[in-house]
Amino acid sequence: MAETKNLPKAKVPRPSTWHRINFWIRDHLIAFYGILALIYLFAPIAVVALFSFNKPVGRTNSTWNEFSLEAWTDICRDPTICTAVGTSLRISIVSTVVATLLGTLIAFALVRHRFRGRSTTNLMIFLPMATPEVVLGASLLALFLNLGLPLGQTTVMIAHIMFSISFVVVTVKSRLQGMDPRLEEAAQDLYADEKSTFRYVTFPLVAPGIGAAALLAFSLSFDDYIITNFNSGTTVTFPMYVWGAAQRGIPAQVNVIGTIMFVAALSMVLIAQVIGRAKTKQ
Amino acid sequence: MVALVPSSGQKNDWQPSRPGKRSTPYLLLLPGLAWLSVFFIIPLFSLLSTSLMVPLGLSPDDGYMPAFNVANYAEALNEFSEQYLRSFLFAGLATIFALLIAYPLAYFIAFKSGKWKNILLVLVVAPFFASFLIRTYAWKTILADDGFINTFVATLGVLPDDRILSTPIAVVAGLTYNFLPFMTLPLYAALDKMDPRLIEASSDLYAKPLSGFFKVTFPLSLPGVVAGTLLTFIPAAGDYINAQLLGGPRDKMIGNVIESQFIRIRDYPTAAAMSFVLLLTILILVSVYVRRAGTEELL
Repeated sequence: MAETKNLPKAKVPRPSTWHRINFWIRDHLIAFYGILALIYLFAPIAVVALFSFNKPVGRTNSTWNEFSLEAWTDICRDPTICTAVGTSLRISIVSTVVATLLGTLIAFALVRHRFRGRSTTNLMIFLPMATPEVVLGASLLALFLNLGLPLGQTTVMIAHIMFSISFVVVTVKSRLQGMDPRLEEAAQDLYADEKSTFRYVTFPLVAPGIGAAALLAFSLSFDDYIITNFNSGTTVTFPMYVWGAAQRGIPAQVNVIGTIMFVAALSMVLIAQVIGRAKTKQ
Repeated sequence: MVALVPSSGQKNDWQPSRPGKRSTPYLLLLPGLAWLSVFFIIPLFSLLSTSLMVPLGLSPDDGYMPAFNVANYAEALNEFSEQYLRSFLFAGLATIFALLIAYPLAYFIAFKSGKWKNILLVLVVAPFFASFLIRTYAWKTILADDGFINTFVATLGVLPDDRILSTPIAVVAGLTYNFLPFMTLPLYAALDKMDPRLIEASSDLYAKPLSGFFKVTFPLSLPGVVAGTLLTFIPAAGDYINAQLLGGPRDKMIGNVIESQFIRIRDYPTAAAMSFVLLLTILILVSVYVRRAGTEELL
């Protein structure tokens, strides 16, 4: 840059105003388009949040009537909502813990070890993600029916763990592959044994990936309707409640819970980002 | 979160020189793969055997008997071919629209967003954290007959019935919306990996911006395009929530039929046969598509 400063300025004719507008549009078009796409992504969520403050006329909460905090202050007015959320939380927590554990072990095996049957393992991880949810739900139901197993919370947990494992593997695997192997080699050169290398070097480096995988597994499980619907029997999870409530009109409390879930997950991700940034600065 | 992208084919798997026991990888794999075998692979066989069963009586309560009744497949294909075709049509359209929306967005995040990159990525994934069902209901509110979008479109007079809700348009729009993050993330991952100097080089060699894009940027992002289209098309083809909530009675997809046959009508064999046909069709389409995108130049 310093060199060009000393050169005499070439006599280039100033671009016309029309040209400059043209260039500006071309430069910013993609940004404009990106912002439009983000608005599209967030429009329904804004609607959900907005209508959580609505005082619905009658049963359906789809036309704006008047601002009210009623739904926020009285979330459990219909106690079945809160029971459903509790059931969902219980199922999601168990499913997240088990799936994250099983998936992380597989990811470590895939990235850190040479073994026969690697491509079969990759196929086993990929197939559940390439199978439509109706088929996953239907096939599990076929198994449970053929075995005569009663449907309920346990069968839902089994199903959720099954479809979450692949997503955990993929997430943790990409974090492991992105790690600089020299960090661990350095630790071992400095006479750290295998255990302490894992504890002080490997694990802290992989932890954000495991955390992201767990968050993903949790939202997949908490949000699942299709597979749950096949395997739940009489158990009512939150999405099952929402589906059932739709027939008679969804109460504003559902919007409240939707908004809380969204804000909680988003702030967890943002906090993780901020912490991550602070750590890289150190 | 970018990790949603299947990272197959990466060759940089690091193999440590650390002395480990030969059995270690198998011990690590065992619990997870055992779970997937029992609750994913075996159920598929269970589904297959169910799809060949014959009913013992006229009512579903009489039960079904193992048999080799291929007629269930004929029934599935004959009676519901319309729903199959509609599912693949809707899913295909949604995939194309999602690609058209997500590509510029991913391009913007990868190349033009500067320090906002991470925040924007979070924002793309964020809708995923709001419940799928609730989001789809919100679209019902947005597209409602007395909503402002519908009133506006109705004044243009381009729609046959002057309404969006309960039409195929609403279903495709819902599918496009719901799977958009699955399209955007793999595209972003592919574009982000790209060396921007390649694009510069093409413009140094006097490629016009557009031909530079089609000759350099787009071909290099193909792995992302393939991953994104698959992650959108597969769940969209099997989805029935959008068709149920946003579509009319004539917009039912194959997922709706499978669900009602399995859970409400309890005609398990036919429903299982339909699920199997859906799975096989998708696997065939996917492998043909991947092979084409992998070996032939698309442009």
